[in-house]
Amino acid sequence: MASYIARRVAYLIPIWLGITLLAFLISTLAPGDPAQIYFQRTRGRQPTQQELQIVRERFNLDEPVVEQYLSWLSGAVRGDLGVSFTTGKPVLDELLLRFPATLTLAFWATVVTVVVAIPIGILAAIRRNSVLDQVTRAMSMLGASIPSFWLALLLIILFSVKLQWLPASGQQGWESLILPALALGLGDAAVVARLTRSSLLEIINEDYVKTARAKGLSEGRIMIRHILRNGMGAVVTQIGLAFGFLLAYSAIVEVIFVWPGIGRLAVDAIGQRDYTMIQGFVVFAGSIFVLINLAVDLSYMWLDPRVTLSGDKAVAG
Amino acid sequence: MADAAVTASAPELQAPALLPPRSLLRQLGGDRTALAGLVILVLMYTAALAAPMIAPQDPNEQDVGNRYAPVSFEHPLGTDNLGRDELSRLLYGARVSLFTALGVGVAILAIGIVVGSIAGFAGGFVDGLLMRIVDVLLAFPSLLLALAITGMLGPGLLHLMVGMVAVWWTDYARMMRGLVLSMRERPFVESARAVGLPGRLVASRHVLPNIVGPVIVLGTVQTGRLLLALSALSFLGLGVQPPTSEWGAMLSEGQQYLASAPQLMVYPGIAITLAALGFNLLGDGLRDVLDPTMEH
Repeated sequence: MASYIARRVAYLIPIWLGITLLAFLISTLAPGDPAQIYFQRTRGRQPTQQELQIVRERFNLDEPVVEQYLSWLSGAVRGDLGVSFTTGKPVLDELLLRFPATLTLAFWATVVTVVVAIPIGILAAIRRNSVLDQVTRAMSMLGASIPSFWLALLLIILFSVKLQWLPASGQQGWESLILPALALGLGDAAVVARLTRSSLLEIINEDYVKTARAKGLSEGRIMIRHILRNGMGAVVTQIGLAFGFLLAYSAIVEVIFVWPGIGRLAVDAIGQRDYTMIQGFVVFAGSIFVLINLAVDLSYMWLDPRVTLSGDKAVAG
Repeated sequence: MADAAVTASAPELQAPALLPPRSLLRQLGGDRTALAGLVILVLMYTAALAAPMIAPQDPNEQDVGNRYAPVSFEHPLGTDNLGRDELSRLLYGARVSLFTALGVGVAILAIGIVVGSIAGFAGGFVDGLLMRIVDVLLAFPSLLLALAITGMLGPGLLHLMVGMVAVWWTDYARMMRGLVLSMRERPFVESARAVGLPGRLVASRHVLPNIVGPVIVLGTVQTGRLLLALSALSFLGLGVQPPTSEWGAMLSEGQQYLASAPQLMVYPGIAITLAALGFNLLGDGLRDVLDPTMEH
């Protein structure tokens, strides 16, 4: 197991280098002379030839592209992602300042997903082909088709404009969290509910479940001890992966609800053509996403149904 | 234990024999889900194509004296914040939204097939290199990367399409490679080789036809996802620029009048959802018909 973890972590290194290379290459797509743009942003006037040269030297812009990448990379490894084109502050500081807000939002969106999806998925599996099962199927199809940002706007119209129960923007305590968390979490809930149903259906007919039933265990006990424990591995994996995507997809929902997270920071940076910030965001978000996938893989191994299964057989048999 | 985690993230795909076209259509007709999706899509694409003929007005014609007009015979869905006919904007917007999604879908399909086939047939270093590129691109949520690329290039429909194509081809490439690799081991391919058919013929007569099914299924669902991503990025202002109408851009404009004229936000949203639903229903039905080995 330790060697697997080591191999899995070692595999991350080339991927992470690829992410930095990609972030660097993306920034070269930007039109115009970055030195000139930087000077105009920070000083508010056209630079002279001499001043341009100073900026170029400061950011190594007159070096060959490969060396530019390497010096940028050596900074990135040490946590230095450059300074923002608009504010002049370190990019990483700004990202870290905004990250907790995004994390909070993604966490509560995941809570919404779990609370809505798991009970519905379990019920749909137990009452297979019932009306509830059919409704779940239809809702999950609809959930995969509704754009989350449109759902967000509909929630605002209903709960903020018409009913005036909840605020449509800002960070005013827990009330401000409800609508964005719902907008982000409900779409995934549809997917997770279907997955819960299909994972449980696979297990319901396993031999050890029949054995448990034959022994006369109550249905509730069978569900909790034997079916849920073994059937949730795939569901937990899906929720973990969805959490990573939430961190990224929250960008649009953050813009709509004026939520001060990294997604809105990135969208604002695009609007202001703050290239270093966009570049830093790509590295930051990519790193977080890779780490989450690593955590999911490791937890999958830990939750591996076969491991639990062999432990359970001793109990059931 | 280690292998479980690895294979779980890259499920091996199996390709069934492709059905002849006529029997495929008949089977689709029998599948109510697929039929519903097909009908939705045919209607929407037809309406988009016919927009110049069926739209009541020029979509950009402003009538400032007649803003936020209610539903009437002249304006079947009312008018927007500049007095433009909402239905006309929806119909012309459909042209941009639906055909951009389709165009990006075809482009990434072509790139994915080429890259995946090269990786699958070549193997070795080429395969390793191409798949590491795919791994890096998949290390990001696609929407995020498309957002960053388009943001760097600057807003505009063409830049948005470039951004989307650059990141979304990976799913097809990975799938094609998996299919090619699994095909090489299949008995009918081995026997075709054994009787001395040249490699080119083995590929075109025996391997490719068996790959079409799963690719169509993925392509259908994928185009729906592209439509959602496109409208999301347009909503953020990265796509078409005013006054051109596009569903995501219409939502973005409508958002400013959310409290006073919520109807402006409802119609484009319904259009996006309906089209995405069409792709998902069709994809779901096609999967049942073409690819019974895949669970859903």
